[in-house]
Amino acid sequence: MTITIQIPTALRAFTDRQPEVRVEGATVEEAIADLARICPDIAQHLYEENGALRSFINVYFGDVNVKNLKGLETPLKDGDAIILVPAIAGGGGICP
Amino acid sequence: MITFSAKVKSAIRLEGERAYPDECCGVLLGRFGEDENCGEAMEIFPVSNGREAEEQYHRFVIQPDDFMKVEMEARGRGLDVLGFYHSHPDHPALPSDYDREHALPFYFYVILTVEKGQARTLTGWKLAADRARFIQKPLNEGGDML
Repeated sequence: MTITIQIPTALRAFTDRQPEVRVEGATVEEAIADLARICPDIAQHLYEENGALRSFINVYFGDVNVKNLKGLETPLKDGDAIILVPAIAGGGGICP
Repeated sequence: MITFSAKVKSAIRLEGERAYPDECCGVLLGRFGEDENCGEAMEIFPVSNGREAEEQYHRFVIQPDDFMKVEMEARGRGLDVLGFYHSHPDHPALPSDYDREHALPFYFYVILTVEKGQARTLTGWKLAADRARFIQKPLNEGGDML
């Protein structure tokens, strides 16, 4: 089933400037994995080295964070749209 | 290059001093130029630090709900989200490993040192494409350039 993923401005450099990408997937997890397959350069910004989705990448289904639904297992149906929304984090500590 | 007015700089310094000894954070609004490597920061949009109170002395987060609101406001006003600022209370204005691990490409990151309650050094950075490091964008004192 075809899902539309809306891409935040910061990551459009990895989607040929496209604000949204159509992917295949039955769950949020599958849809994001397909995005990484279609746009491989985006993967390092979405996933930790261990393959987990980066903690500051949030996925919204409508105006609801999927963390408040079934997380990455949230089911999707044909024609659904999800939005990648970054949380911006940081802070002082040991300097490079 | 991003043009950085004295008014914007002053506003960031004030936010840093207000939040001390905790970290302040917010969004730089303005307009990009021909590409994402140049633009003009026209104003700041302070955001409440979303971290737990006991962590705010060395951590900040702009929660996704807040980010969505700011982005919608910016779009509605024809402005771009150029990047973000935050303070390092009693700590150098250098990006930490934690900053790098949580940063996104494309955006400018501005860091302010607040030393004993007084705003000091302000620096600008951009994440390298391979995420391995930040690239400093020196401040131009005369022209207020990043």
